[in-house]
Amino acid sequence: MFGTTFLLAVRSIFRHKLRSFLTTLGIIIGVAAVVAMVTLGQATTKAAQAQVASLGTNILQIRPGQGFGRGGGGPRPPDFKQEDVDAIAEQVAGVTAVAPQAQSTGTVIYQGANWSTTINGTTNAFFQVQPWPLVSGRVFNRQEEQAGKAVCIIGNTIRTNLFRGGEAVGERMRVNGISCDIIGVLSTRGQGGFGDQDDVVIMPIKQVQRRFTGNRDIRLMLVGVDPAYDGQQVQASISQVLRERRSITGGKEDDFNIFDTAQISATLTGITTLLTQIVTAVAAISLVVGGIGIMNIMLVSVTERTREIGIRLAIGAVASEVLMQFLMEAVVLSCLGGLVGLAVAQLVVLGLAPLMQVPFLFVPQINVIAFLISALIGIVFGYFPARRAASLNPIDALRHE
Amino acid sequence: MAGDPIIQLRRVTKVYGDGPTAFQALKGVDLDIAAGDFVAVMGPSGSGKSTTMNILGCLDVPSGGEFRFRGVHVETLGRDQRALLRRKYLGFVFQGFNLLARTTALENVELPLLYRGDPKKERREAALAALDKVGLKQWWDHTPAELSGGQQQRVAIARAIVTSPDVLLADEPTGNLDSERSVEIMQLLTSLNRDSGITVLMVTHEPDMAAFARTVIHFKDGLVERIERAHHQGEAVA
Ligand SMILES: Nc1ncnc2c1ncn2[C@@H]1O[C@H](COP(=O)(O)OP(=O)(O)OP(=O)(O)O)[C@@H](O)[C@H]1O
Ligand SMILES: [Mg+2]
Repeated sequence: MFGTTFLLAVRSIFRHKLRSFLTTLGIIIGVAAVVAMVTLGQATTKAAQAQVASLGTNILQIRPGQGFGRGGGGPRPPDFKQEDVDAIAEQVAGVTAVAPQAQSTGTVIYQGANWSTTINGTTNAFFQVQPWPLVSGRVFNRQEEQAGKAVCIIGNTIRTNLFRGGEAVGERMRVNGISCDIIGVLSTRGQGGFGDQDDVVIMPIKQVQRRFTGNRDIRLMLVGVDPAYDGQQVQASISQVLRERRSITGGKEDDFNIFDTAQISATLTGITTLLTQIVTAVAAISLVVGGIGIMNIMLVSVTERTREIGIRLAIGAVASEVLMQFLMEAVVLSCLGGLVGLAVAQLVVLGLAPLMQVPFLFVPQINVIAFLISALIGIVFGYFPARRAASLNPIDALRHE
Repeated sequence: MAGDPIIQLRRVTKVYGDGPTAFQALKGVDLDIAAGDFVAVMGPSGSGKSTTMNILGCLDVPSGGEFRFRGVHVETLGRDQRALLRRKYLGFVFQGFNLLARTTALENVELPLLYRGDPKKERREAALAALDKVGLKQWWDHTPAELSGGQQQRVAIARAIVTSPDVLLADEPTGNLDSERSVEIMQLLTSLNRDSGITVLMVTHEPDMAAFARTVIHFKDGLVERIERAHHQGEAVA
């Protein structure tokens, strides 16, 4: 009986192509929407996480001031000094390296081509705190670092724009009017939510302080944390050292803030997950609407097909066979719609992923789930019209005009 | 054609509706039909011919009385059991042809075999043989929309006989056809009755068509008025 009704259902579907198409349209759109949304959501989360990871995990960023959304009023808290950097590096257990940073903007010029960029003064600790390999050249040597020589390591964007992607190490360019030897080129980190991270020139911090910022202030410290240590503990120790050095006593609040990249990662993931859930809920509604569409067309077609049902019953079909046929039609239609929807979803993801600057993903679970849901919708919404068709009296059905 | 009658009706009544609008369409019909007979049912409009045919075809149940088909008390059977009786022993031809639209003649004829669960190859062969019997073998791949009325009715007859039923029920099979087409259908029914031994029951308003039958039953006001055993050429030959 299963084989027979399946055959009849498939015949009926292909004999009424337009009706079948209209019936499944809702499912196609619903499944495509759900799968595309969830996949793109996950891709976005993944891209965001990758970006945060590229900052390096287990890195603390320490800035003067009370962090986002707090503080205000009062005099600006002082920037850090090299002594603070040394103190943290020496006194806090679990700290692998501390990189000071002094930033400036500037124009770099090479053979008539010029480019505006960020100039980042730091020490070799910068490369210990986070993994950022060079594609060519070397990092600072001891002498360059301590004397603050005019040497620089450039990001990939600078190489692309000034050197047209060619070899840059050994060349000499001008940075804000100062002649500077290029000793290394950084590997690319890519575009992202934090701006173009490759658009940077890294120089010894002493050079940047002397020539560009004009003081010995350090705006940002990057602290590498040994993963074997408890991050909270390390943060607390750093906090204590800085409070002492900055003479903050008793119940007074810190005038600096320590930011954990792992925290950013968690926050970002939380936001993208929430967005994905909202969009998915909307898409799920369209899936339900698709199911109601199936039920409507099935109900209409039962009325249309009353005579057909009468004929089938008269020539000896048992009610359950008519029920099975209609149910089967609904299931086959919604499964077909589900499959087409899945295909459409992959195309949508394929088309949108590059525009959204996220990787193309195939998430097996959501595809399976969406397909099963579409089949379930077929069964649920196909059952009621099917039962109505099967309960018809053959004579009444035959007399139907 | 001796033996027990294949169809026996005893005091069969049929009431449509209930309460004050109830209408008694059959008022106690007694009828015996012998296997192999060719019966025409005649009578004025509203006299209960179609009602009787529906009961005989196991499409409907009597309100009272007994209906025995091949000795089985049909009035005691449920929906599905009657469906199985129809599937096995009965064939229907309707005034309105009632073929499935957008479906080829072959597939229409195959349908009863599908429900019977015959394998594909046998289905094909039996359906083609049935189409051959009604002279439409070369039209097998045409849909009803591509066939004339007479051809559609012949496809319907092929569908009715493809299962080799005991009884063929036809309610005004020529009602929608011109007289020439009607005669063709009658000749077809006659040959099926004579060559395959199928019991044929046919409702008709036209005496010319009834003349093909061996027995003519006249209905009036929900009762059998009289039964005629005709003597015509068909029987004279036998
Ligand atoms: N489903 C029904 N509900 C109510 N009354 C019905 C129903 N079917 C038939 N009748 C009534 O029963 C009576 C007999 O109907 P039936 O169809 O058997 O007549 P008939 O002899 O076939 O007539 P015709 O020659 O016009 O086809 C008619 O008066 C008809 O109105
Ligand atoms: Mg009638």
